[in-house]
Amino acid sequence: MQKSVFRKTIEIIIFTVFIFFLFAPLLSLVIWSVALRWYWPHTLPQEIGFDYWLQALGITKSLTLGAVNVVPAFLLSLGIAIIVVIITMAIAIPAGYSLAKLKIPALLKGIILILFLLPRAFPQLPVFLNLMLMFNKIGLTGTVFGVILVHLVVGLVFAVWITASTFSSIPPELEEAARSVGATRLKAFFKVTLPISTPGLVASAVFVFLTSMDEFTGTFFVGLPFVTTLPMTLYTASGSNIQFASVIAILLLIPSILFMIVIQKFLKAEHLGGMGG
Amino acid sequence: MAILKVNNLSKSFGNVKAVQGVNFEAAEGEVLSLLGPSGCGKTTTLRCIAGFENPDVGEIHLDNRKITTIPPEKRGIGMVFQNYALWPHMTVYGNLAFGLQIRKVPKDEITKKIKKVLGMVQLEGYENRYPRQMSGGQQQRIAMARALVFEPEIMLLDEPLSNLDAQLREEMRFEFTELQRKLGITAIYVTHDQAEALVISDKIVILDQGKIVQSGSPKEIYSSPKNKFVAGFIAVTSFIDGRIDSFTEEKKKVIVKTDDGLVIHGFNNSFDIGKKVSVAMRMNVIKFIQDENKSDKNTVNIFKGKIIQSSYLGNIIDYKIKVGNWEVRTKSDAKYNFKVGEEVTFYLSPEDIIVTREE
Ligand SMILES: Nc1ncnc2c1ncn2[C@@H]1O[C@H](COP(=O)(O)OP(=O)(O)OP(=O)(O)O)[C@@H](O)[C@H]1O
Ligand SMILES: [Mg+2]
Repeated sequence: MQKSVFRKTIEIIIFTVFIFFLFAPLLSLVIWSVALRWYWPHTLPQEIGFDYWLQALGITKSLTLGAVNVVPAFLLSLGIAIIVVIITMAIAIPAGYSLAKLKIPALLKGIILILFLLPRAFPQLPVFLNLMLMFNKIGLTGTVFGVILVHLVVGLVFAVWITASTFSSIPPELEEAARSVGATRLKAFFKVTLPISTPGLVASAVFVFLTSMDEFTGTFFVGLPFVTTLPMTLYTASGSNIQFASVIAILLLIPSILFMIVIQKFLKAEHLGGMGG
Repeated sequence: MAILKVNNLSKSFGNVKAVQGVNFEAAEGEVLSLLGPSGCGKTTTLRCIAGFENPDVGEIHLDNRKITTIPPEKRGIGMVFQNYALWPHMTVYGNLAFGLQIRKVPKDEITKKIKKVLGMVQLEGYENRYPRQMSGGQQQRIAMARALVFEPEIMLLDEPLSNLDAQLREEMRFEFTELQRKLGITAIYVTHDQAEALVISDKIVILDQGKIVQSGSPKEIYSSPKNKFVAGFIAVTSFIDGRIDSFTEEKKKVIVKTDDGLVIHGFNNSFDIGKKVSVAMRMNVIKFIQDENKSDKNTVNIFKGKIIQSSYLGNIIDYKIKVGNWEVRTKSDAKYNFKVGEEVTFYLSPEDIIVTREE
């Protein structure tokens, strides 16, 4: 009962986000990305074409458009995001479980949560500037590894919170029932708690993925000039070249939209799987 | 089937003493109920037996095996939870098979056992349902089946019927008793419903604030509650406090006097003269007398009072009567139709009066 309310809430939130934050801007981005000539006061471009797209995807090369091949940046962002999701979830699942289910004294629990929250509690720029200075000393600036570390810090905050709240929304009796019929703590976790929390955990992973794909500030300080993720190229382009910036922005959105669709399907399937016996 | 012994069990949460020095023993095949008000430590006691809580003090033995510190999965105890705790992502088959799979029971035998246990709880053919596709009563039966399917020696039940409506609850009481008798399984049954405890139990343990107040057979507890608290729990609705004044000649009847001058006769000779006691009355003790002249056979226990409240319940009426400084309740036949404020005369039959300790 509780679970389906939880699922519904997530679905509704995802949908609202989808409609309001994606569709409207997306339309304008799509138009901009194919606009070759678009002067005020026309509502639509006077001339359209895929020149910027071809350029950005590395299919054609021309010096006049001011666009560069962003495929390597895209793949780099995707790779970083996937690694970050894997590492984050590997940490967040046990951490969230411990916070939610183990008998940790309230004070200690508070301290742990605050530690996870701390990087977010201060203005981001000074935090990352500091991090950059630290990373400088140990030679991590300008490395992919350094950027992954930064994304982990950002992603873990959300992931631990979401997984902890997912696990604590599961009544403890479900695991206890498993133990009473003979399951060890580990078995009870893998056979009962984990399957029931899958939607929450997937939501958490998606969140981390999107955060990593989007991450700008930390990557800017720690990654540049050698690690150029997609948001970095977007930043460079956005000042001067709206068409090129729009292409990059859409590229950034594609994995997000795919993920949204996947999670939507997934939540539905989970739901229906339970309904149809 | 097994004997369960709980010795001097104590458990605190911070400064809440949930269970304090509890002792009891459930014999083989017996149903022992833990009965008491909310927060008296019933669930905590049960969880200590199941292994979900570590007792601070005390020992728990299952037959000759000391189980106080071994993990829950090694105790071999079946448990039925108040909210059933069926696994929502598994079908009935999955829920029932889990414990057997862990025990490495072969698949065809699992199927057979599940079929058998579903038969016992009268849900044949429900293997492929998910918990959410069943009614509360059906889920309850599956929870019971899950606790029984791996053939434990003892089962624990924490208010297993409290989420069902009154009628179904009564039906399930009998079903439980029948099933338990048939299997001969020892059961520890937590409830705060006295009627349920009286019907299903061989032994009742009454708890208050973590301590045992009284334990005994349902009959013992019903007919001679040890004090006002126990009486109040076993369907006693009215109390009049007083002191033991004297005994009748053969020391059969005891006479209780209250501070405001009421004199009440009852049967109980276990108190000394002068002892503070409480006269406890169930709903059926008070009998109205309409024509005073006709009731010459009773010379004692006749009182005058005033109706202060009346609730119409169809064929019966629930009256609250003020007598002296006391308020008593009775359910009477609807043929007596008194109005609020009306003076009434009534008789208390000494056999039905319980004289018990005041605190
Ligand atoms: N995990 C816990 N942490 C702190 N206090 C607890 C915990 N579990 C129980 N208690 C306290 O211990 C006391 C006994 O609780 P318990 O759950 O055993 O009562 P109960 O008799 O089962 O009551 P109910 O009929 O309401 O279920 C209560 O005061 C309760 O608040
Ligand atoms: Mg309880």
